[in-house]
Amino acid sequence: MIGKLLRQPWVFSFGAAIAVWLATIAYTGGQGAGAILTAAFSFATFTIIVGLGQMMVITTGPGNVDLSIPATITLSGVVAMKVMDEDTGRMVIGIIAALGAATLVGVFNYGLIRLLRIPPIIATLSSSFLVLSAAISYGRGIRIKPPEPLAQFAETQVFGIPIMAFAVLALSIALAMVLSRTVYGRSVLAVGQNSRAAWLAGLNVDRTRFLTYVLSALLAGVCGILLSGFSRGAALNMGEEFLLASIATVVIGGTSVAGGRANVPGIWGAALFMYLLVTMLNTFGASAGIRLILTGLMIIGVIVAAGGEEQR
Amino acid sequence: MNRRFLRQALPFLTLAVVLAATFYVQPRTMSYFGLNLMLQYAVPIALATIAQMFIITVNDLDLSIGPFVGLVSCIGATLLLDNPLLGILALLVLIATYGAVGALIHIRNLPSIVVTLGLSFVWLGIAVLILPSPGGKAPVWLKALMGVQTPWVPFPIIAAIVIGVVVHLALMLSSYGVIARGAGGNPKALTRAGWSMLNTKVIMYMLAGFFGVLSGLALLGLTTSGDAHVADRYTLYSIAGVILGGGEFIGGRVSPLGAVVGALTLALAGSFLIFLKISPDWQIGAQGAILIIVLALRALVSYGEHKR
Amino acid sequence: MSNTLPTTQQRSSRASKSLSEQAISLDGVEKSFGAVRALAGVDLVVATGECLGLVGHNGAGKSTLMHVLSGNLTPSAGTLSIGGKPHAGSWTAAAAQAEGVRCVFQELSLCPNLTVAENVRIVHRSLTGLGWKGRARALISQKLDEIFPNHGIAPDDEIADLAIGQRQMAEIARAFTVTDGKLRLVILDEPTSSLDAVTAQQLLAYVKKETARGTSIILISHLLGEVLSTADRIVVMKDGKTVADRKAADFTRNSLVAAMGSEAREHKRGAAKNSVAEVMVRAQPRSGGSASLEARKGEIIGLTGLAGHGQTRMLLQIYERRHAEVKGALSFIAGDRQSDGVFNLWSIGRNITTRSLTALRKAGFIDLAAEEKLAEEWKVRMAIRTPDVDNNILTLSGGNQQKALFARALASDATIILMDDPMRGVDIGTKQEVYAMIEAEAEKGRTFIWYTTEIEELTHCDRAYVFRNGAIVAALGADELTEEKVLQASFAEQAA
Repeated sequence: MIGKLLRQPWVFSFGAAIAVWLATIAYTGGQGAGAILTAAFSFATFTIIVGLGQMMVITTGPGNVDLSIPATITLSGVVAMKVMDEDTGRMVIGIIAALGAATLVGVFNYGLIRLLRIPPIIATLSSSFLVLSAAISYGRGIRIKPPEPLAQFAETQVFGIPIMAFAVLALSIALAMVLSRTVYGRSVLAVGQNSRAAWLAGLNVDRTRFLTYVLSALLAGVCGILLSGFSRGAALNMGEEFLLASIATVVIGGTSVAGGRANVPGIWGAALFMYLLVTMLNTFGASAGIRLILTGLMIIGVIVAAGGEEQR
Repeated sequence: MNRRFLRQALPFLTLAVVLAATFYVQPRTMSYFGLNLMLQYAVPIALATIAQMFIITVNDLDLSIGPFVGLVSCIGATLLLDNPLLGILALLVLIATYGAVGALIHIRNLPSIVVTLGLSFVWLGIAVLILPSPGGKAPVWLKALMGVQTPWVPFPIIAAIVIGVVVHLALMLSSYGVIARGAGGNPKALTRAGWSMLNTKVIMYMLAGFFGVLSGLALLGLTTSGDAHVADRYTLYSIAGVILGGGEFIGGRVSPLGAVVGALTLALAGSFLIFLKISPDWQIGAQGAILIIVLALRALVSYGEHKR
Repeated sequence: MSNTLPTTQQRSSRASKSLSEQAISLDGVEKSFGAVRALAGVDLVVATGECLGLVGHNGAGKSTLMHVLSGNLTPSAGTLSIGGKPHAGSWTAAAAQAEGVRCVFQELSLCPNLTVAENVRIVHRSLTGLGWKGRARALISQKLDEIFPNHGIAPDDEIADLAIGQRQMAEIARAFTVTDGKLRLVILDEPTSSLDAVTAQQLLAYVKKETARGTSIILISHLLGEVLSTADRIVVMKDGKTVADRKAADFTRNSLVAAMGSEAREHKRGAAKNSVAEVMVRAQPRSGGSASLEARKGEIIGLTGLAGHGQTRMLLQIYERRHAEVKGALSFIAGDRQSDGVFNLWSIGRNITTRSLTALRKAGFIDLAAEEKLAEEWKVRMAIRTPDVDNNILTLSGGNQQKALFARALASDATIILMDDPMRGVDIGTKQEVYAMIEAEAEKGRTFIWYTTEIEELTHCDRAYVFRNGAIVAALGADELTEEKVLQASFAEQAA
């Protein structure tokens, strides 16, 4: 039983996260152990949300990746803030508008991929340029605060854990259910392993990929709304760091880059690990350069270690 | 109308259209200094695009070229200035590292996107260690080279043509260029004929590293000080440049001249949109739109080709 | 076997030309892929300047033998000799290239993104330095002109722009180009498959010319007429062995077909019983011909002929319901398990239930208990040998993986089952179990359309359609389903 558990790919990322946390509090002599965890759960939730979306996209098979996530986060944040206009009564409309905009991005992405046969990486890249411009243009010079309930939702904690983390936990469980217990989820896994075999087994490959790109954009939209609540307003560079973060969490979390195997707990472990690693290095007084180098080597190390079995 | 010819001409047509539109909107750019100003950053972009093109030739993708160019600019503004010998050695080590990464990707059959994504953190980290904030100074000779005033035709145009022609000779016309492109087109056929895929990949990655170094130095000559983040956009530019230039992601179908033209188009598009008085907000968006339009046109042309 | 092992005297008496030396020879070569024995001890001598015809039905081992000769496959046992002396060191693609052994494979070995001349460069290491392209152009142009006058191929044409026939011409011509070193042996594997009648004749004429210059050629073709007219000697392969080896003049078309086949077998199915049953599928191959296919409820329909002549395309055409009348749900059983069938990361159970997920839903969610039950039920019914259906699919042997794919199709609601040569590489015991299953399911009213490369399997069919060059060339009822008839229809007299 223990052996089986240890062979789960996500155990590694959680183990690493805990090890890093222990090293940090050992260094500080136990000081701030709880505060670090609280911060980790707050910041990691945003990465987890988009990481889940990226995970679904990458799971649909080699070559599939969503590079428009950062732009979509920004667009959604800007749209939400502008439509809400600091008015609590308009919160629901704002959320709907932001998610609607994100959905459109997903539809547009898949349109480029399917209709113009543009490889996903360049399709989502080009569309991200357009989306980012739309966000910049629409949100020009704004500094609108989120409505109070939204800001509170993003900040409230229960026993030191942000309630947002619970919401994302529920989302993660739901997504894990979707993957294992719905026709769509099974199709994602099957298409990612072998799209031709999936087609011959009677699954709808096109619809599966379409829904996945829309889902990824939608999750980026959710992240954008929550992030602008959390950081008290949308900013035009708010999505920037999430491109690399979303892909890195997927890789470190044990999801197969070759497609067909998703890992929801791994996304949590990886996101927490990455945040805690930065915290640890900060605590140790390591410079930004060292932090970046270690992050990079970590990604390369994980893919090299996993690479052997991914070969087809 | 020959569709292949049409497809190959597409990058040049795109450049011509953008150039003509720029001249039309702002006639004053139709001068030595106007062109010089608009195109000066085309040189480092073109070099980075060529670097990316070598990787794409063997069906891989390099997401680390932008931070790599930034790292080179940092090394150039510090180590190369203070101790030229050590600086050159450092740059050679970087090129060798590129080759090693190529070998690793081939031997372990790794997705190049993920490996180079990790690598981009490493480059950025080293660059930040060297220069935590923008600073340093470009070697005088670099500044002089990039600021050279050539007679009649502005330097950036000459440089772009030279880069394009040299790489064209090496990759499209030489007998070893054939092997490199063949490795992208049908690796199995190459192996059957007794060629080593490993050697081919390592050489192509090292060439990419070499052109990345050139790009970083050229950029440093223009900015005159080093900055780890100066070239973050270059990853996207280089991919877009190769695609605009008629290259394809798989199948070893690339065009050095096209790639240079693609880079020029991207550099010009920025200026053009400023002259158009399109709000700067839409500048990146317009670049995205140009990419999509060109790819759509190409899809249209290719569609007809397959139907034939 | 012993009479097929030529001694030196026999050999020299056999061939028409002077055969004082042998170009290349194989001695006791064996090759197995898992449980399948592709080559079971082959002895083959190719004399200098001889055209050797090689014929045999699907799976006789011809292609494997050619891959061994060209250095792309390492045999499990046996020796290879060059010019009468055993080859020292390992026989790799590079070694074969260096000894002047070239092979024109059935799948093209050209780089589509390069020009014709550039593709010549790939196989000639000495084509380098200034002016290499000019030399490559001259080399290929001259050879193309020599073999295929009026070929219409420019050396600077990109391969992707050429028609399939022209590509094949370019590849054949490339195989005969010489820079440094001599040309010892050229293997032509179905060289005329994409050539029209005129160019095919040009090639065959050139083969005679080239052998007269001392180059040896192995010609593999399903067009028996061209083998009989071109080859000096013909070797017939069957079940991974050579079963006949005689001068071409000593063979007739009928004796060649007889040598390829085996004794007639008793047909197992009764006479056609369902002539009035409902028609479930009616389709005409889009790839050629005017004859169409028809399958009635409860019938087992065979698709046969040589591999790659449009049978799989026919199945896919039905699966996509394009230009095909189909009544009822379809299910597809792949033969190429790795590329078309199995989901490597999944358990046996999940692989079985993939086709039935929609039916297993309860309130939108897949009922895991019902899924487990279905997998368990079919594990038992198909007798899949595993302790636990939760084990990964790759823990099964090839035959049992194939049973899981059968289970996937049969557990579903499909009434029409398409089978794409599903018994490839499956052991005989498993086959017998699956045959019984298919017949039982047909009895219950399911319709099977079964592409098979093994003629024996047609004994389970009610009717079979023979494919050649994408078209249906014969429809054989159960009473006429003999190996001889199928072979006669599969091997055309001459290229059209």
